Amino acid sequence: MIRLTSITRVFRMGDQEVRALNGVNLDIASGEYVSIMGPSGSGKSTLLNVVGLLDRPDSGRYELDGSDVTDLSETERARVRREKIGFVFQSFHLVPRLTAAENIELPLMLEGIAPAERKSRVDAALDAFDLKDRARHRPAELSGGQRQRVAIARATILRPTALLADEPTGNLDHRIGAEVMALLEGLHHAGTTLIVVTHDRELGARAHRHIAMRDGEIVGDEK
Amino acid sequence: MNLRDTLTLSFSTVVSYRTRSLLIVLAMALGVAAVVVLTALGEGARRYVVGQFSSLGTNLVIVLPGRAETSGGFPGAALGQTPRDLTLDDALFISHLPQVKRYAPLNVGVAELSAGGKLREVTVLGSTSELLPIRHMKLSQGSFLAHGSERSAQIVLGSVLAHEFFPDGNAVGQRVRLGDSRFMVSGVLAVQGESMGFNSDEIAIIPVDYAQELFNTNTLFRILVEARSRNAIEPAKAAIAHALKLRHDGEEDVTVITQDAILATFDRILRALTLGVAGIAAISLAVAGILVMNVMLVAVAQRTSEIGLLKALGAPAADIRRLFFAEAVWLSLAGGAIGYALGNAGAWMIRLAYPTLPAWPPAWASMAGVATALITGILASLLPAARAARLDPVLALSGK
Ligand SMILES: Nc1ncnc2c1ncn2[C@@H]1O[C@H](COP(=O)(O)OP(=O)(O)OP(=O)(O)O)[C@@H](O)[C@H]1O
Ligand SMILES: [Mg+2]
Repeated sequence: MIRLTSITRVFRMGDQEVRALNGVNLDIASGEYVSIMGPSGSGKSTLLNVVGLLDRPDSGRYELDGSDVTDLSETERARVRREKIGFVFQSFHLVPRLTAAENIELPLMLEGIAPAERKSRVDAALDAFDLKDRARHRPAELSGGQRQRVAIARATILRPTALLADEPTGNLDHRIGAEVMALLEGLHHAGTTLIVVTHDRELGARAHRHIAMRDGEIVGDEK
Repeated sequence: MNLRDTLTLSFSTVVSYRTRSLLIVLAMALGVAAVVVLTALGEGARRYVVGQFSSLGTNLVIVLPGRAETSGGFPGAALGQTPRDLTLDDALFISHLPQVKRYAPLNVGVAELSAGGKLREVTVLGSTSELLPIRHMKLSQGSFLAHGSERSAQIVLGSVLAHEFFPDGNAVGQRVRLGDSRFMVSGVLAVQGESMGFNSDEIAIIPVDYAQELFNTNTLFRILVEARSRNAIEPAKAAIAHALKLRHDGEEDVTVITQDAILATFDRILRALTLGVAGIAAISLAVAGILVMNVMLVAVAQRTSEIGLLKALGAPAADIRRLFFAEAVWLSLAGGAIGYALGNAGAWMIRLAYPTLPAWPPAWASMAGVATALITGILASLLPAARAARLDPVLALSGK
């Protein structure tokens, strides 16, 4: 469960202030499938970063799964990210010198899981995301769709409660993008909360709840 | 993230940034190798000099005629007198001093040696049986001048001389002629090579009485004295100077020098030189450290978005700091090990090229070289690692 109360995030550029989030209130229940849409610069990514504990709001309150996470220390925020949040990015963000399998393994390593268990979990993920024959390939040798599948496998290997995707199909062509969305929706069906930021109306419409943003404020929220 | 994963992950990073890593390892290795080679050279020079001196004898006190002092000059010279000579009686007199273990009078001259139709000029030492132990000489054949047999016409030949005159190697027992006198070869010196510019392979040694007769003199060139112990060197020196002053009617007309004082001075100078040289080499390691820091800072900048990703995946700052830190450890370890190997190879080549120079790197220098590489590498990584750990995840992800 995600509960944002009066969240404000202000960026200062010289003496200019940008209110990227301006008093945002938002409740998202566990297992929801939400799309966030809005013009460029409306604060979608900032909202996602705050929800994912990558960014700190300047004011307001954030409650995640019943506990207040607004004022957690940096180390605690890292732990919550590791345990509860999965990120999927437009530009995949794979480590170029690691193979597909090694990229998927990273969160398990950070979590300190033993190598034997890591291997079986990575193998299972490679299977589930149809990447078996690409396990030993580096990102440069993978297609865009394959890269995003590796990124999704990595984001979900620790079974997060919420999956945050910021324009996950932005770098993919329409057909591959639809495949990736289907994959994410599969994870949603398995119980994960799914929040997708997108510019694509068609893809956005597939969500069960549609949030519209403008100038750092939520201007529409319909199911 | 546990230690093992940190080490393996950072190792694979080091390996995959091949050029960058090679550059750092090379800089480190050259610094360490410089420390090892230069200290090996310095230490080799020190050992060479010390070896040269101690091959002359241990606890050695040398008495020579005349006052080798710049202040005042010869006391007698001012009065138009020649300083008194050293004699065999002087030698015998000081041999009774309690600090003196043994002594050998020494006469030096040049004479013509002939045997079996061959003839050549040789340097002749006149001395006693005690010369052998005092000067640490060794025999390859026969025996040295017999003890107390100063009146028997024996001769000991240097190895080169023995070979020239008796190529069959049967020198012992043969008769030779030195000047107008006949001598019997009692022994042959082992090969000693050059020592302090004096080649003992081409000398002949005869009893001191014969030498004085041969050179028509009753004075001595030197008296070599071996003190009872290292601690007895200075007392022996004082006692000898005092005794001879008394014997010479209160005139200080001899000079007593100790091998030890000269040796200690050389030892000190050369040790200081080695240290200085090691210090200079260590500076190249510090330069390598600065290089490491710069390259690591560039690496942090290059991998900003990767650091952001690790943070998004939930890596705490400590993990990221440790990853960069571990990279520096790997690089410095490799640099230290390769430099150590290179340095030892260099020292080995120096020893091959100059066999007389015992250019072994001292253990402390090798250790200090490798340790300095590790410490500089690790220190140099602290700032970049801290910078990486401090990055704001959102900005880092966007590569800013
Ligand atoms: N680090 C920053 N420093 C200064 N201003 C920022 C920073 N991050 C975001 N902003 C500003 O905050 C506002 C919201 O940015 P945000 O990235 O959330 O928009 P967005 O809705 O994701 O846009 P897009 O669709 O283009 O990705 C923008 O005006 C942006 O310029
Ligand atoms: Mg955005």
